Amino acid sequence: MTRGPSWFNVTSLVVGFSFLYLPIVLLVIYSFNKSRLVTVWGGFSVEWYVSLLHNEQLLDAAWVTLRVAFVSASVATVLGTAAALVLVRSGRFFGRSLFSGMIFAPLVMPEVILGLSLLLLFVAMDQSRGFWTVILAHTTFAMCYVAVVVQSRLVGFDKSIEEAAEDLGCPPVKTFFQITLPIILPGVVAGWMLAFTLSLDDLVVASFTTGPGATTLPMKIYSQVRLGVTPEINAVCTILVVLVTIGVIAASLATRRQQVQKERDERAAFGAED
Amino acid sequence: MDAPVPVKRSLGGWALIAVPYVWLLIFFLAPFLIVFKISLSQIAVAIPPYLPAFDLASGWQAFFEKLGELSFENYLWLTEDDLYWKSYVSSVVIAGISTLLTLLIGYPIAYGMARSPQSLRPTLLMLVILPFWTSFLIRVYAWIGILKNEGLLNQLLLSLGLIDEPLVILNTNIAVYIGIVYSYLPFLVLPLYASLERLDGSLLEAAEDLGCPPWLAFWKITLPLSLPGVIAGCFLVFIPAVGEFVIPDLLGGSDTLMIGKTLWTEFFNNRDWPVSSAVAVILLMILVIPIVLFQNQQQKIAEKEA
Repeated sequence: MTRGPSWFNVTSLVVGFSFLYLPIVLLVIYSFNKSRLVTVWGGFSVEWYVSLLHNEQLLDAAWVTLRVAFVSASVATVLGTAAALVLVRSGRFFGRSLFSGMIFAPLVMPEVILGLSLLLLFVAMDQSRGFWTVILAHTTFAMCYVAVVVQSRLVGFDKSIEEAAEDLGCPPVKTFFQITLPIILPGVVAGWMLAFTLSLDDLVVASFTTGPGATTLPMKIYSQVRLGVTPEINAVCTILVVLVTIGVIAASLATRRQQVQKERDERAAFGAED
Repeated sequence: MDAPVPVKRSLGGWALIAVPYVWLLIFFLAPFLIVFKISLSQIAVAIPPYLPAFDLASGWQAFFEKLGELSFENYLWLTEDDLYWKSYVSSVVIAGISTLLTLLIGYPIAYGMARSPQSLRPTLLMLVILPFWTSFLIRVYAWIGILKNEGLLNQLLLSLGLIDEPLVILNTNIAVYIGIVYSYLPFLVLPLYASLERLDGSLLEAAEDLGCPPWLAFWKITLPLSLPGVIAGCFLVFIPAVGEFVIPDLLGGSDTLMIGKTLWTEFFNNRDWPVSSAVAVILLMILVIPIVLFQNQQQKIAEKEA
């Protein structure tokens, strides 16, 4: 669309974005509230952040969550990238529609079903539950998100570069690491980040698949939230929100700069041809 | 996408297919079969708390014998106790109403984004995606402080003199609607924006030149052309909302029945694994239709673009 925005468009954007951001902004503001009564402003204070540092249970949970997220995001990225390559490149093979069904179904499947079914699998396998079962569970649903992100990057991919490399005798594995991977890298990195935040964020699947000694941060937050809103939880949430915001903005700036660079290179190349 | 043609595959090519395929078979498909199996078994006071329904380890003979003993009791139980029936219906109703509300709020936002200057669009897009990356739990939690009886919304309305006594919103279905709309808004805005942005502005200019009032042009041109985005967005909100657990649990009241919450209670509080498995199987059957419709629609869009 080319026409300019009307007052209606501007109003709906302002109202819409206020709706999206106001709750988070209020949560951040009230994490600096001196009063223990969360909704009564009692002056500025960072005491809740200080008290967090002494809350060992919460710190433990945060450490477990970070490790789970790191391992599961990394494994999911490898599996998801492979799955994306299969979806885009492998042509027809036996069970292809089952395969793509299994990739897309977890994206919309209710978390309670994913969690319950994985728990029952672990019980059937006689597997004691804990840190590793959460990782397996997170890897499984995160790889599907990675596959979708990487797939969208692969679809717009100029295959002739790869073919040129293979014609010149480059073995497939080397072609992948030297040519394919660098080109789809932004998609792979975005997929990893998505997998990481999904794992960081997950309450339901982790609650089903975890065991003693592996309480994740969302589980901890959830059990405290059920007892009521506390300023400490506001402070934990604020830290998470700030970290994620920095990560996402940094990533998008990096992608945009890369894109600008690419356009400049292309223009330079075309300029040289003229 | 390339047309699927049979290709000669190397060993590496087969391995590439096999690894993610086998992973999904083990950790995605097999668990569903187990859920189905346990939903047919009987509850027992043991660990795990159910009697095995059938076990392939004891050979095919035993398997067929056991087949006769399968118990559909859990499913019968689901039809007898109206808690489950009501939970299913009320989940679908709540998800449906929330989807409609999300569409009403999301459409003007996506439309405004598509109409904004080209240079501003990446930033706006970023602003829609950012909340999606922030924790779901945190975003739901943020609403508790706002909607409580002594919360920020009531404080504001009371101080403005708009109301005399606090509105009771938290722990009602209204809070659940607000929670779902808020959490899933980006899912609707993104596909909708994608289809609105591609819309050819000259069509609207032509309509205007021919004397078509803007609202009619919207009704006759913009809305039909953005329909694929509307449908995709509504599916993306509706399907996960039906099985939602966190939002009804934290924002809803004790009378807010949603099937995700019922399943959770059945599993964690009542420890009835067979019944919660049966609940999951039926939930899945309810969702299969919208999921298949959604995938068909996505495939059609993908084919059109190719």
